Amino acid sequence: MQPDEILDYLIPGIMLGALYAVIAIGYTLVYGVLQLINFAHSEVFMVGAYSALLALTWIDPSSNPTTFMSVLLVAAGLAVSGTAGAATAFTLEKVAYRPLRRRNAPRLAFLISAIGASYFLQNLAGKLFGRDSRALPTVFENKKVFSVFGTQVTILQLLIVCAAVLMMVGLDYLVNRTKLGLGIRAVAQDAETAGLMGVDIDKVISRTFIIGGFMGGIAGFLFGLHLQLSFTMGFLPGITAFAAAVVGGVGNIRGAMMGGMLLGIVESFSSPIFGESWRYVSAFAVLVLVLMFRPTGILGERLGRSA
Amino acid sequence: MSAAESMGADAVGLTKPAATATTPRKKMLELDDLHVFYGAIQALKGVHIEVDEGEIVALLGANGAGKTTTLRTISGLLTPREGEVRWRGERIDGVPAHHVVGLGIGHSPEGRRVFPAMTVTENLNMGAFRFKSVPRAELDRVFELFPRLAERRTQLAGTLSGGEQQMLAIGRALMGQPKLLLLDEPSMGLAPLIVAQIFDIIREINEQGTTVLLVEQNAAQALRLAHRGYALETGSVVLSGPADQLLSDPKVREAYLGEGA
Repeated sequence: MQPDEILDYLIPGIMLGALYAVIAIGYTLVYGVLQLINFAHSEVFMVGAYSALLALTWIDPSSNPTTFMSVLLVAAGLAVSGTAGAATAFTLEKVAYRPLRRRNAPRLAFLISAIGASYFLQNLAGKLFGRDSRALPTVFENKKVFSVFGTQVTILQLLIVCAAVLMMVGLDYLVNRTKLGLGIRAVAQDAETAGLMGVDIDKVISRTFIIGGFMGGIAGFLFGLHLQLSFTMGFLPGITAFAAAVVGGVGNIRGAMMGGMLLGIVESFSSPIFGESWRYVSAFAVLVLVLMFRPTGILGERLGRSA
Repeated sequence: MSAAESMGADAVGLTKPAATATTPRKKMLELDDLHVFYGAIQALKGVHIEVDEGEIVALLGANGAGKTTTLRTISGLLTPREGEVRWRGERIDGVPAHHVVGLGIGHSPEGRRVFPAMTVTENLNMGAFRFKSVPRAELDRVFELFPRLAERRTQLAGTLSGGEQQMLAIGRALMGQPKLLLLDEPSMGLAPLIVAQIFDIIREINEQGTTVLLVEQNAAQALRLAHRGYALETGSVVLSGPADQLLSDPKVREAYLGEGA
């Protein structure tokens, strides 16, 4: 790799990292309030992508949409995928986790329920949408918008990074500045005491899933804009984002953002440096390395702590 | 027969009225024949306790006697298998904890349980979670009662000393503007000087109109503060009566004040 090629890999890395960060937040939020790794979160991502496919196919855009139409399509995709992701996560909590919580089930039962729900959703999507790869209709022509030191930045890259940054800023505000956020942090730090203060724990948990699901669903749509959809599409980005959450310090929101960005950039650079086949090895190598030296992740496993 | 007489008549056989008996007694909280279990283990075996408006009532007993279990049952963290919890005459057992606080029952739990990664102010805001917005006047009152908290309002609660955390736990419970304040071992692990300070403040809170149910292992100090007291032993009330009578009772002196018979 030549020095002048750095940006050619950095910019796609940032785009990928922004997506991982948004998904990783979904894992970390739920871990914060429930101390549970929601392994079905990768399927929330997949549902987001397929819901956008349904919506956009229904709108049936021409293969060469006008600018106005493109904006409309992107808005529709974001709205539908976010809503579908939120609804899926909400239902998942109600069906797969809440009954176990009621019965004080052991940790392992939650994990098994999570994996079961994950496979259920995956195969349901395979049944409903077919087991072949699909692609979203053309939403916009992916033109270059500007260049940074000779490296072109595309509309897609700009859209993904902007959407991700907006969601992260919004989430940061929600967690640190709103009453719901105060409730989420309180449940994460000490659920029982939060209850004594008047926090409805079930409601907070449910809303946490909705927030994480909304972000995960949108990430699915954005991912689908540049790669193919398939019923197993959630697995690799999901597990990478999970690794990102752990790298940053699981339960720590800013840690998840940082971990996602780091793994996206590492993944992007690993193919020119080590070869394309090492692409997916790199993220997990980073995970193992970080955990060897800092078992609680880079920013530490501070539950309920956003900073 | 008034409730005060029936109360005094059991166990220690005292008939002297409680400190509040000059005004007519108004029953606030009644625990009636409470049986509470942790799985198969029975923690409370038919507990009867009453708290009147305006009182400080001390709940004494050794580790594992059921003091904390009693408070947790009142707060709705535990549901009794038998018996009733009545708040101003209405049953509240089975009401979930996040609704109990809305009735006017504030709980400062055992071990303080402040939110460690929140600032002092955020912890106090948590205490007022049941309100739409944080009541300004209450915040001022808490900072007046605990000037130390005002000095440290932007500090993370996890970095406070034990005494400061205890003050924060009490202040946080006060932020919900409780009619009844449940205090679980506020003296635990604190230096005698700090304990004296905190007990003075509990008296002040009570004088300002908040009823207090105080769980303590530190029986002598608790009884000097309280109007009435109950002693629990392995899940049952074994003694009860006005605090000054309990203080001079030889059985109490032997069992709870560490004096030989």
